[in-house]
Amino acid sequence: MGRLSVELCGIELDNPVIPASGTFGFGYEFAELYDINCLGTFSFKGTTKDPRFGNPTPRIAECSMGMLNAVGLQNPGVEAVINEELPKLKPVFHKPVMANISGFSVDDYVYTAKKLDAEDQVGWLEINISCPNVHGGGMSFGTDPDAAYEVIHAVRQVTKKPLIAKLSPNVTDITAIAKACENAGADAVSLINTLLGMRIDLKTKKPVLANTTGGLSGPAVFPVAVRMVYQVHKAVSIPVIGMGGVSSAQDVIEMMMAGATAVEIGAANLVDPFACPKIIEELPAVMDRCGIENLTDIIGIA
Amino acid sequence: MKQSLLTVISNSALTSNVYELKLSGIEGMNIRPGQFVNVKTDGNYLRRPISVCDAEGDILTLVYRVAGAGTAEMSTWQVGKKADVLTELGNGYDLSAAGDHPVLIGGGVGIPPLYYLAKELKKQGKTVSAVLGFNTASERFYEEAFREVCDDVCVTTADGSYGIKGFVTDALPQNPTCSYACGPTPMMKALYRSLACDGQFSLEERMGCGFGACMGCSIQTKSGNKRVCKDGPVFRKEDLLWED
Repeated sequence: MGRLSVELCGIELDNPVIPASGTFGFGYEFAELYDINCLGTFSFKGTTKDPRFGNPTPRIAECSMGMLNAVGLQNPGVEAVINEELPKLKPVFHKPVMANISGFSVDDYVYTAKKLDAEDQVGWLEINISCPNVHGGGMSFGTDPDAAYEVIHAVRQVTKKPLIAKLSPNVTDITAIAKACENAGADAVSLINTLLGMRIDLKTKKPVLANTTGGLSGPAVFPVAVRMVYQVHKAVSIPVIGMGGVSSAQDVIEMMMAGATAVEIGAANLVDPFACPKIIEELPAVMDRCGIENLTDIIGIA
Repeated sequence: MKQSLLTVISNSALTSNVYELKLSGIEGMNIRPGQFVNVKTDGNYLRRPISVCDAEGDILTLVYRVAGAGTAEMSTWQVGKKADVLTELGNGYDLSAAGDHPVLIGGGVGIPPLYYLAKELKKQGKTVSAVLGFNTASERFYEEAFREVCDDVCVTTADGSYGIKGFVTDALPQNPTCSYACGPTPMMKALYRSLACDGQFSLEERMGCGFGACMGCSIQTKSGNKRVCKDGPVFRKEDLLWED
């Protein structure tokens, strides 16, 4: 194990840096820019049972130190992910990948999880019960402990792979949802998905986003994410993957001090496509300055 | 795609709110007409996608309209300023489909990418016509530049204060072999309905990343879901779902 290595549900990562779902596609297009094997792993684009176009455009808006998106889970559907996307990833990425799964019913989640469970390339299943941009699914499962339990418990029955529940910050008490997921058999939780937000165009006097609301991400949400990771780490005994506005090696370390075993990086990839390799490269020097020998020493140290 | 730190060598107003920015410092520039760049501006989180007006040697020319906080910040850039720019984005126009007599049709700040295209088509010996549409005479820019390059240039203004009164659709040449268009969506849809020849249309959509990662700028086409930034911005006329 190197200084940067961490273990995530029995799988060793060379470093804790994981591009977050929805900001990295299926990886192979980033492989044209740099060797993506430098990453710990990455979480691929949220995949559903059927293909989806997503929401009408505009589905991107901006704010101080962040952005809103209302993409609405555009993806080619699980069959195409398995038959077309994963084969394109295989020659350029030699590590287990994290499969991100969304759905509109418990059966949807189970169907998609079963399919992806059968793929050797997939190391973990990250179950997105927190997408704020779709109706009748996604976040509605992640804002109620009983519904979260039901989805995670059902998916647990169809996979032996490590199961990660991706949590929404749009709740009063995120620890209640995290505990429900732990009780349902989740091997880890990842948080935070985006915060529900909205912008209005002063000229048109109408919402900027065609979907009216969207999910806020970027540095603006970082302190909220650190707080929630800290709270959840204290409340559960399974690993926590921290995310939300992480943009630098310092942010990675702060998130780990709050309790994260690994760290997902989202919006930063969209502003700087080389954000993740830069962060990985900078980590050792920042660790030296902070007197950190190994990253595993600081998980939850705060 | 390439990430470069470029140096401003000029940044001047062409009209009251359209600017021409010249940047130097790209090594081994390999930019095709119709591609765009994504520019980091100070104080804004997302980059600003701007079409490439010209690419010659190591000098990149961008012509942009001040439309919001990002482009307003760009308009204050002084010579010597360093700019973080992603280049070689998007597919660009397909020059092989031009035929002998292509027509380039631009409206407002949709005109700049057609300049680089005109230069490249002339290098291939084509007879190039251009139709440039503006709202009014005071908003004109690059007319002389196009006249130096193209065989035939026609300018329209919506209010009739210069050139032909009306829209670009009122000034289309006879029987072009191919059309290349960029401009506001209503103009493009009007062209879609009135052009008989093959066409390549450069679309605009609000983008997150500009390089295909976020799926923010997707459109539906006859050949499936496409990202304007990565699969476009140039789409073939026959691929667009603009019948209604």
